[in-house]
Amino acid sequence: MTPTLPPPDDKTSDTSMSRRNFLRGAAAFGGLTALAASLAPLRQLEDFSSSEQFLQKYYKELTPDDMTKVIGRIEREVQKEYGIRPHVRDLKPMDGVEFVYCLNLTRCIGCRKCVHACVNENNQSRNPEIQYIRVLKMPHGSMDVEKGDHTYEAKSVPEKGFFYMPVQCQQCQNPPCVKVCPVNATWQEKDGITVIDYDWCIGCRYCEAACPYWARRFNFTKPEIPKERLNPNMAYLGNRPRKQGVMEKCHFCIQRTRAGKYPACLEVCPVGARKFGNILDPESEVSYIMREKRVFIQLKEEMGTSPRFFYYFDK
Amino acid sequence: MITAARNYLIFIRRCTRIAFVGDWRYYAWMGLLTVISLLGLNAYAKQLVHGLIVTGMSDEVSWGVYIANFTFLVGVAAAAVMMVIPVYIYDNEELHDLVIFGELLAVAAIIMCLAFVTVDLGRPDRFWHLIPGIGQLNFPRSMLSWDVIVLNGYLLLNVHICGYLLYCRYQNRKPGKWFYIPFVFTAIVWAVSIHTVTAFLYVGLGGRPFWNASIVGPRFLASAFTAGPAIIILALQIIRHFTRYRITDKALLTLRSIVQVSMIINVFLLLCEVFKEFYSGTTHGVSARYLFLGLHGYHALVPWIWTAIALNLVAMVILVLPVSRGLRWLDVACVLSIVGIWIEKGMGLVIPGFIPTPLGAIVEYVPSLNETLVCLGIWAFGLLCYTIFLRMSVPILQGRIAKSNEGQPELQGDAPAPLPDPLPH
Repeated sequence: MTPTLPPPDDKTSDTSMSRRNFLRGAAAFGGLTALAASLAPLRQLEDFSSSEQFLQKYYKELTPDDMTKVIGRIEREVQKEYGIRPHVRDLKPMDGVEFVYCLNLTRCIGCRKCVHACVNENNQSRNPEIQYIRVLKMPHGSMDVEKGDHTYEAKSVPEKGFFYMPVQCQQCQNPPCVKVCPVNATWQEKDGITVIDYDWCIGCRYCEAACPYWARRFNFTKPEIPKERLNPNMAYLGNRPRKQGVMEKCHFCIQRTRAGKYPACLEVCPVGARKFGNILDPESEVSYIMREKRVFIQLKEEMGTSPRFFYYFDK
Repeated sequence: MITAARNYLIFIRRCTRIAFVGDWRYYAWMGLLTVISLLGLNAYAKQLVHGLIVTGMSDEVSWGVYIANFTFLVGVAAAAVMMVIPVYIYDNEELHDLVIFGELLAVAAIIMCLAFVTVDLGRPDRFWHLIPGIGQLNFPRSMLSWDVIVLNGYLLLNVHICGYLLYCRYQNRKPGKWFYIPFVFTAIVWAVSIHTVTAFLYVGLGGRPFWNASIVGPRFLASAFTAGPAIIILALQIIRHFTRYRITDKALLTLRSIVQVSMIINVFLLLCEVFKEFYSGTTHGVSARYLFLGLHGYHALVPWIWTAIALNLVAMVILVLPVSRGLRWLDVACVLSIVGIWIEKGMGLVIPGFIPTPLGAIVEYVPSLNETLVCLGIWAFGLLCYTIFLRMSVPILQGRIAKSNEGQPELQGDAPAPLPDPLPH
């Protein structure tokens, strides 16, 4: 009698091995397919970042040669997108110039013409619309912004019992937004204008949280500007079209003011409430106002930001 | 040298392999986490294409649940030290072998933190602008640059400590003191720093009175040292349930007393803050009024904050009473504190700082579906990482994966370790 041996289990272990391998393969394949499927929306990414753009250097590190090349790229990109050849310049601050803005609260009637002139001049996105200037309708007697109405709609302005206070970037001498930027993408220039390198900003929005004047805006999506509305007169640190995911804000119309013109918001003001000029020049209008008027208000003076934007009153 | 490298590669390979092995519950859990992670990745891909407009954020409320979760998780990561301190400073034996689970939790939490800040960036492709040398790190002026440094440093410290201790255990070798004790003590100080720096991120903003208060830093630490050890207690209970790893009740009760004390301090500091905001009645308290009572008919956060306060108070009562010596009740208290503090840190700290805006406008914030999916995805990915870390470390600590059993058939599931083979091969 021969003892019955258990059947050799080579075969079974072989099949179980191959079954396990098959299952592993299937799981790996399924996993990769799912990964690919979940990344599918990325196919819609259009020129998110060309290598030229990706490697673009920091503004302060660009040599004049680099700058010529970069401006060439920007002009090409704008032409491709809007069909207009823009004129992009890298305007530098002028010696002996420090810009100051004065706004006469007695005169402002709250017509919001400045808001729209600014949008047209500075190539802000129209959809969703980005505005640098916010006009507050304030009850007589109070400078507390929390009493302000941001969304007033009146058949005609000014309304009785109110005054109007436009707020935009105050171009602080001690700007909190500059301090907090983790990558130095925003800084104060010699002429007092705080600018942004749109090609360096990483879009963390820390500056937006830091600004006590709510002056900064973020491009939550790709800015949309109708071709016929594009302003082709552009500055590198000013109104050239921005990309999705970066910050922007009022820069005192750098493309105009550094070329000897007034900001767009000033030119459009129907009541002459806005005054702008070089505070270092004793003959300038702003110097005159600072000498002659009795009271100025720097908004939220207690913040220690020391704005270059002054509110004043006629008697 | 070459043998050392070879040994290390074998160690890595065996660790990787064990991460893919488990019973059906393990596969189900990992499968679920993978699916949620991929859903999150899909939502993030959409966000990359369309921009942050797919979130609920706006120029008025420019940070939302991404930064809220980030803030909460920095606390969780920092709290790993609350296990390290008793062990290395007070020589607590019960916790000794459990420290590594706390440190691994810190690693997973920091990974989640980094993911949350990355998804919050408008231009993640420009992350290299932050790298000193090739980019422009605004150090030391920007608090965010401090955060970049302390978070990445903390990640490296913990990866080193965990990796080194586990590899020594694998080789059945006593860890060289100089290779990890200095790092452990650095990590203790560093942990406090990551949370302090994250608090200073908010505290430093003069234009946001709700954040510009010195109590924010201490409150961050108190709530972190409540929620962090609470998460560790739950993790240890789960490890104890699913593996044969020895975790004593006494160890859990040591953690309980940490959670207990921290929660009492946390609630006390909350009281201090509420008193200051409401009693003085200045216009600076307006964000707090929005948060707790609602403002001009807007009160989206009111139910959230009162839920958080209720959860924290109930948790505190349970923790103070002897009933929480029973592990069931301790679990309940832990869950309540974690949820309570998560709400308090997120909806209760980040969002109201933006409402009303510095110009007094009130715009409310509700996270969008896409944003929520991204958050869930990151949480799932973090849990996936932590599960894998535990899956690797438990058998190593038990000696079931060791250099001595190299080349033998790998373990399947959580079966008891085979006896070591006395004969050399």
